[in-house]
Order: sequence, then C-alpha cells, then structure tokens
Amino acid sequence: MVRAAIRVDALGKRFRLGERERYIALRDVLARAVTAPFRRRAAANGNGDAHIWALRDVSFTVEEGETIGIVGRNGAGKSTLLKILAGITMPTEGSAEVRGRIGSLLEVGTGFHPELTGRENIYFSGSILGMKRREIDRRFDEIVAFSGVETFLDTPLKHYSSGMQLRLAFSVAAHLEPEVLLVDEVLAVGDLEFQKKCLGKMEEVTRGGRTVLFVSHQMNQIRRLCHSVIWLDGGVRRQGSTAEVVGAYELAMSAGEIKDRAKDGDQTYRGRFLRWEIAGPRGDQRHIVDVLGPIDVSFFLDVRQPIQHGVHGAALFDSNNQLMWGHSKQNLHFSPGIYALRYRFPMLPLRPGAFTWQVSLWDDHGLVDLWHGVPPMIVATENHQHPLDEWNGVLNMPSDFSAESGESQP
Amino acid sequence: MSTKSNPVDEALAVAARRASVTSEPHGSALAVPVKRILPPGRFWALNLKELADYSELLYFLVWREIKVRYKQTIIGAGWAVIQPVATMLVFTLFFGKLAKIPSGGVPYPLFFYAALLPWTYFAGALSGATSSVVENQRVITKVYFPRVLLPLSAVFSGLVDFAIALVLLTGMAIYYRVTPGPCLVFLPAFLLLAMFTAFGAGLWLAALNALYRDVRYVMPFLVQFWLFASPVAYPSTLVPERWRPLYGLNPMAGVIDGFRWSVTGQNPPSPGLVAASTCAVLAMLIGGLWYFRRVEETVADVV
Repeated sequence: MVRAAIRVDALGKRFRLGERERYIALRDVLARAVTAPFRRRAAANGNGDAHIWALRDVSFTVEEGETIGIVGRNGAGKSTLLKILAGITMPTEGSAEVRGRIGSLLEVGTGFHPELTGRENIYFSGSILGMKRREIDRRFDEIVAFSGVETFLDTPLKHYSSGMQLRLAFSVAAHLEPEVLLVDEVLAVGDLEFQKKCLGKMEEVTRGGRTVLFVSHQMNQIRRLCHSVIWLDGGVRRQGSTAEVVGAYELAMSAGEIKDRAKDGDQTYRGRFLRWEIAGPRGDQRHIVDVLGPIDVSFFLDVRQPIQHGVHGAALFDSNNQLMWGHSKQNLHFSPGIYALRYRFPMLPLRPGAFTWQVSLWDDHGLVDLWHGVPPMIVATENHQHPLDEWNGVLNMPSDFSAESGESQP
Repeated sequence: MSTKSNPVDEALAVAARRASVTSEPHGSALAVPVKRILPPGRFWALNLKELADYSELLYFLVWREIKVRYKQTIIGAGWAVIQPVATMLVFTLFFGKLAKIPSGGVPYPLFFYAALLPWTYFAGALSGATSSVVENQRVITKVYFPRVLLPLSAVFSGLVDFAIALVLLTGMAIYYRVTPGPCLVFLPAFLLLAMFTAFGAGLWLAALNALYRDVRYVMPFLVQFWLFASPVAYPSTLVPERWRPLYGLNPMAGVIDGFRWSVTGQNPPSPGLVAASTCAVLAMLIGGLWYFRRVEETVADVV
C-alpha cells in the first residue's frame, strides 16, 4: 500500500511588505519587546501594515517514493513552500504533515566554515543537514571520492577554489539519507561535467524509493527526474503528469511574447500568418505534442490581396536554432480570405523540449510574410532514447530490439 | 564493432549499475517520525525529545566554535588565560593596592582572579549567545534545527576557556597556600548557576538581537554595567545587609560570592543572596525560553 509522505492542506504564508521602522530609540527597544506578542496578534488580524500572500490555499498530497517537481515563475512561492515543509519558517494558515525524516537541500554548502578543513566541514555540514555522526563516518569515503578533493582534505576551506567548495558541498548533501528530501535549485552548480554528475546522483536518489520535492527552473531536469509536477503561482495553478504540466507551464511562459498579429501594426499587408495550432480535440493544449503521431499542424493565413504562383515554406527549429525539418510547396493561388495551411505528420519523433515553427509565403512580387511562429511548440512525449543525456540524439524514435542467435538459422 | 561503441556500452553499464544499486529497499516502516506543521502560537513547550535528537548537532556546534575560536592567532588558547590575568593585575593595582578594598583576608590577586574566572566565562558566553542567532542567519534560513541550540552552544563552548583558566587558579591557590576545604564540592553547582545565567540572559538577548540590531550596541555597555553590579572588584559585604537579597537578584552576585567561597574556603555567601540569585536565574531562564520560542517561530523571516 502506498501511503502519503507529504500531505499539505490549505497552506498559506503571508509576509509583511517592506521592513518595520528601521530605527528604534534605545529606550523603546525593551518596551517593544515586552509588548511584541500582543502587537503581533493585532497585526495578524490584518489591519495597518501592507501584506503579501506568498502562498495561499495550497493543498496536495505526495505519495511515498514519488518525485514531485515544482515549477513556477520567480516569487511564485516555491522556496517558501519548501521552507515551510522543512520547518524553517511557519505557515500563516493551514497545515501540513510530513512522514519520515526530512532533509532539506535549499542551498549548497549549508554550514560551511572557511576556517575549518575539508574534513571538518564534511562533519559539520553533514551534521547540520541532519546526518548522524555514524552515518557520516560510514559514508565519509564515498563523500570524499564523489567530491574529488581527497588531496585537500586537511586544508582549510578558505584555500579551496570556489569550484572545489561547491563540489565538496554537493557531495555532502548528495549523501543525505532522509526519507523525504526537499531540493531547491541546487543542481545548477559547478561546471557542466559536475552538473551531469550531480544530476546522475539525483536520479539515483529519486529511484531509491525516497520521496523528493524538487524545485527547478530547468525544465529538462524536471522532465528527467519527476513523476509528476505541481505548478505554483501563489496557489496550485496546475497539477498532474510531468509532460502535461511542464508543457502548459512552458506555454504560459512563452505566452508573454504572443502578440495578436491580426491587430498588430500596419494593416496594409497582402497576406499574413495569424497563428498556428495543433488540431485535436483538446482545447487548451494546442501547442503541445504529447503523442508521437499522427499530428496535424495548421497555420492560419489571412490573405488580403490575391496571390498568384505563391511559394510557401515551413521549417522547424529546435531551441538551439538547429533546423529539424524543412518543406516547401510551389504554385499556390490564394484569393482574399482566411486559410488554414495543414500539415499532417504520421509521426513527429522529436526529443522533448521547445521547438519553433517558421513559415513563409512568397509570390512573384517577393516576400508576402515570414513568421517565426509563437508560441513555440512544446514536445512532451515520452523519451524513447538512452537514459543518459549525452546519448540522446535529435530523433526520439521508438524501436523494437531483439537479440537472435545466429546458430538457429538453417 | 566501431570504436565509438565503447563509451555507449560504458554509459549503459553505468546506468544499469545505478538502477541496481538503488533497488535495495530504503528505510523501514518502523517508527517513522511524523512531523506536523501548523501556524505559530499553538504551543511553546520546549520539545525535550527533539533536543535529545539533536544532541549530536549541539556537540558539533560546540566543537566548531572551539575549533574556530583561536584559528590564525599566535597565542591561541593562551588568550583564555591572558584576559582574566590582565584584568586581575589592573584590579589588584587599583582596587586592591590603591583603593584598599577589603578582601576578607584573601590575597588580592586570588580574591580578584577567583571572581574574574566565572565572570570572564559569563561575559564570553553571554556575548557569544547574544550574537549566535544573527551570526548563523544563513544557516537558519536554509535548514531546520532547534534554534535554541545556538545560544546553548555558546554556553558550552565557553567552558573550554574556563577550564584552561582554572588551571592557573589552582596554581595561584597553591602559591598563596590557600586550601579550599570541603566547600570545593560546591564549585560545580556555582558553575552551573553561571551557565544558567548566561543561557537565560543569552536567550533574551539572542532573540532581541535577531529582531533589533540595537542590541549589538547595547552589549558592551550592558556587560560593563553588569560587571560593576557584580561583586567582582569588591566583596558583596560592601552592600548593606538589608539590601543583600535585592542585590542577589543579580544572579552573578550569587555565582561570584559562591565561587570565591568554594575556592578559598573563606567568607561563605549569605544564604538569602544565593537563594535570591537562584530564583532570579530560574525566572530569567523560563522567561527566556518562552520569549526565544516566540521569536523562533518567525526568526527565519526577520533575521
């Protein structure tokens, strides 16, 4: 039976905007201290000071062994949520229940002291992060090996390079063994190689049956590590499978760039692309690909003046602006009106991520319109490739594999 | 096979190994702690079971403070002796030889040093406790542990300096041929009283300091004031008899009188004064725990 490891019920956290009066007369200090509890009660009743709700009415349940991603823009309350669950700060309302020992990894190098040696810092940091001395003893060699700073173990930390400090810090943190782990954006440290190592370590942790809440702005990390995702925006905006929520989140993030091209600027054009969408029954996911195929993509074209011998091009780029696919159709004729240019793909074997469509229309007089389609197309299909990132190619193609013995052949 | 296939195989093997390493069952369903998180203000009791769980962290906090204290100093732990000795010399010269303060038959250096020993400990522990929360604000906002461990660790880490300085006191007692007698057994009790005083006052000041940095500027003044309100540079017999219980409300009065008596065997402290000091310490400690607990709830948001 699967039990709930984390249960959050109508959680809310309110912060006071700005600081209190910065300067307090010395004689007021003690007087204020004495009356502080009463004043705080009065303030909590909600008059006077300006407040802001960092979180409000957040409820969710995480089952044991699940890895949940938390996404949201800056200031959406992600870190606040983790801090409340870790016990660092208290909620203003609501409640939460966490089953099991909690480890929080909100920063790399918590408790590190520059005057202490590497060895001493491992013990102190490990201890403050919740490890028992015996555990640290037992995992000490592992921690050191992972960090790769063996030779400097008895050198004070202040003589370490910042890279070495980060590696040592992450190594300590990565060897925590709580039942519930809260991680906030700590994988974005060190050089690329070490980041990969950290991500691998995190994958190991998430597969180890531990419950993990994972905050990140790196959607690839979220996709790779999380079973499901919560999208926070003060409250829970959306919650569900990783592909679905991350897709919707990315869509919303790029939506800031969407302009209504039909109403935009100069209205004397001959023809203009208005928008694009994936045809399908689902109303709100018109820019997300979550099946391999078939996929119908439509581009809507508004033609104001007749176009003869038109040439229409379409191309798909990945986020590094590398061309994925290109196509061209010649000898098109359009009289004024709105057209849907449809492409049917039996399969779009793309690796998960964001892609951009580029469409164009030319005629005898030259360019009619060239449009970099917004929003980007989000591919949120299952990964059919190698488990390691560095062996993920452009094509996310499913395959059947079998090993047959040659001797059985006649 | 192409040479390119090697890293692929290796990567696959690594991935497979990872999967197998992590398939071992983790943890057990036995005695899984459940933590309830509720808005503040529902309870304030000191969670002793939790403190016991974190006793190792207390040990590490004390250990870190001791390790760090004299790093990159030439004299190192020698400072633990130099500070009280230098003050003792000044006091002996001005209060003893010039002002001719009565010392109840105890040689001046011993008279002052026996008081400076607990006082130096107290002043150090109090300052350490006061700044403990603010100095660890980074850690406080990133990880949970009972915050009360911070002032508590300052109270314990001061004991090392105390022990070092105590060695010199023993030497002085031998030099002046002062034999303490059976009252020496009360020394730990008075040390405990000093620890409680530092802890009780430290809780108040650490919490206040987290909210109002004014405390930092009050501290030097406060410590100096407290020094002259305590019988360090003079015997408490200078205080009129009927004021003595009131005087004892300064817990350090009881601590220092008791200390001098335990070490020299002369001039036992007045019971009323010690009783008043003990009561004052308890009141300060209980109040301090309550106030610290109140501030602890919001400390990560305001520190």
